[in-house]
Amino acid sequence: MGSKTTTKDRHTETAFINVGPSHPAMHGVIRIVTELEGEKVLGADVEIGYLHRCFEKDCEHVGWNQAFPYTDRLNYVSPLINNVGWAMAVEKLFGATVPERCQYIRVIVSELSRLVDHLTCIGAAAMEVGAMTVFLYFMKAREFLYDLIEWLTGGRITISYVRVGGVKADLPEGFEDKLRRVLAEVLVVIKEVDKLLTRNRIFIDRMKGIGRLDRERTIAYGITGPLLRAVGVPYDVRKDIPYLVYDRLDFEIPVADDGDSYSRYLVRMEEMRQSVRILQQALEQIPGGAIAVDAYGNELTGADMVELAKRGQVKDYVDAKAKVDLTLDYTDSRNASRVNLVGDRTLTLPSKEETFGNIEGLMAHFMQVMDNWGVRPPVGEAYHAVEGANGELGFYLVSDGSGRPMRARCRGPCFFPMAALHEMLVGDMVADIVPAFGSINMIAGELDR
Amino acid sequence: MEQATDNKTLGALKEKFGESIIESGLDKGDALAVIAPAAVHEVIRHLRDELGFDMLVDLFGVDYQPRRPRFEVVYHLHCLQRNERFRLRVQIEEKKCELATITDLYPVADWLERETWDMFGVVFKGHPNLKRLLMYEPFEGHPLRRDYPINKRQPLIGPPS
Repeated sequence: MGSKTTTKDRHTETAFINVGPSHPAMHGVIRIVTELEGEKVLGADVEIGYLHRCFEKDCEHVGWNQAFPYTDRLNYVSPLINNVGWAMAVEKLFGATVPERCQYIRVIVSELSRLVDHLTCIGAAAMEVGAMTVFLYFMKAREFLYDLIEWLTGGRITISYVRVGGVKADLPEGFEDKLRRVLAEVLVVIKEVDKLLTRNRIFIDRMKGIGRLDRERTIAYGITGPLLRAVGVPYDVRKDIPYLVYDRLDFEIPVADDGDSYSRYLVRMEEMRQSVRILQQALEQIPGGAIAVDAYGNELTGADMVELAKRGQVKDYVDAKAKVDLTLDYTDSRNASRVNLVGDRTLTLPSKEETFGNIEGLMAHFMQVMDNWGVRPPVGEAYHAVEGANGELGFYLVSDGSGRPMRARCRGPCFFPMAALHEMLVGDMVADIVPAFGSINMIAGELDR
Repeated sequence: MEQATDNKTLGALKEKFGESIIESGLDKGDALAVIAPAAVHEVIRHLRDELGFDMLVDLFGVDYQPRRPRFEVVYHLHCLQRNERFRLRVQIEEKKCELATITDLYPVADWLERETWDMFGVVFKGHPNLKRLLMYEPFEGHPLRRDYPINKRQPLIGPPS
């Protein structure tokens, strides 16, 4: 062939490959401009902001309760956790605590959301390395959970279930039993997937040692959640800064050692089992019994009850359960007082019987929903953090005494690992970008807000 | 803000930086201090190195218009070992809207400060890469300022001709 030239003699350049915002394996929209030498990644420049929808600016223009649909769309795979986080931050401004049953309900929905998020993350990550079956198994398990969430809140993803001072409605009848059955099935699915993936040679080869970030850098980047637990730091907002009733529930914080994609997978799998454990305990401990029924066992429609009340025939009706529209189920006054702060009219809407049954209720309802009039926290600021599926989800709210926030800051947990992504990818191959990125569980809604 | 007598961090800060601290105490159970802008880098370095606050939890701006000083930059720091949280607020004037960067102390401050610059226009002196993070490059203005109207239109951008 002639003279011997080695690779060193040839003039080489690094290549810039754009893993562009529109990409099938990018969860959401992210642009990673990678500098490659052959297959090895030398550096990466991460560009975000493609899903910026001005959450923080929008919240300054709506009431404190009207911000819930915006919070749904932050981390859209675990919207209930966002809702709970916002409600708790506003309640911290007031210095209010919701009733105990409401706290248990918020814990239950947070853990359901966390299960959904981890199922989606591991399912998608497994599919990206080729394990399509695992994705479908987890989607099946996720459907069981979505059925429950739909029964409770009316929606699957954008649910706006929580309110300042309470939740929208109580748990429906039969919810606890169905939840127990669903949890048993979810555990079976997790066990199946564990057998398929955890000691699978191909999975381990694809995930072990990939996307590694060591302990000091993880802490220096302010990363929390499964990524911090995967380097051995047992920091979890539920244990370290307990809120709601997490201090009464017995669960463990899984930690792993390596800080790579495989460790994060193990941490998330174990967290799912711990979430199931929390849910089972919450179901045991939740206070409040059966709903009262009419003295004659009848179900009156809401209109009938109002008619009777207008005629003064309220003797047997105090304990009655009205048959209302599906969307208003379990929002009647008996349930409302168990899950809302009804004593304090400035925070929650009165139940429909009171709104349509007496003038005080109507006035309270009117004053609550009037623009810039209802929920008005005292002047001040508050920061409240909850444990989101990806880490510490915090809301910092500043109130100027009016019915709208002056500043609403969301500390999205995915922001911090994404700031560190360029360090995680260095040294790995092009094919490792996708599993490394998948193990972060970046949700663009939370990253860009 | 209530006074905190038994909070060691506040005590240590008052001792070392007494003249830079404008206010300090507990607000709804959270320890916080309001400090002068010139002292930001020193105070945070002291918190990180001597008092053990190894994690920067958050960094963002707040616009208090029409109050003077107009802007505030808030830092949330966390000490993993003692499970302790601390909030630092710095008030800056609109005319002199700049602060020292803490990118050398916490690498994540790179992105957080970029976002604060993007949204509020606070310049971080010494920042390696102060450009837009969430907005696109030709965007004009700083959106989270209270005088930026929510329905303002931007000049259209198209392919380079």
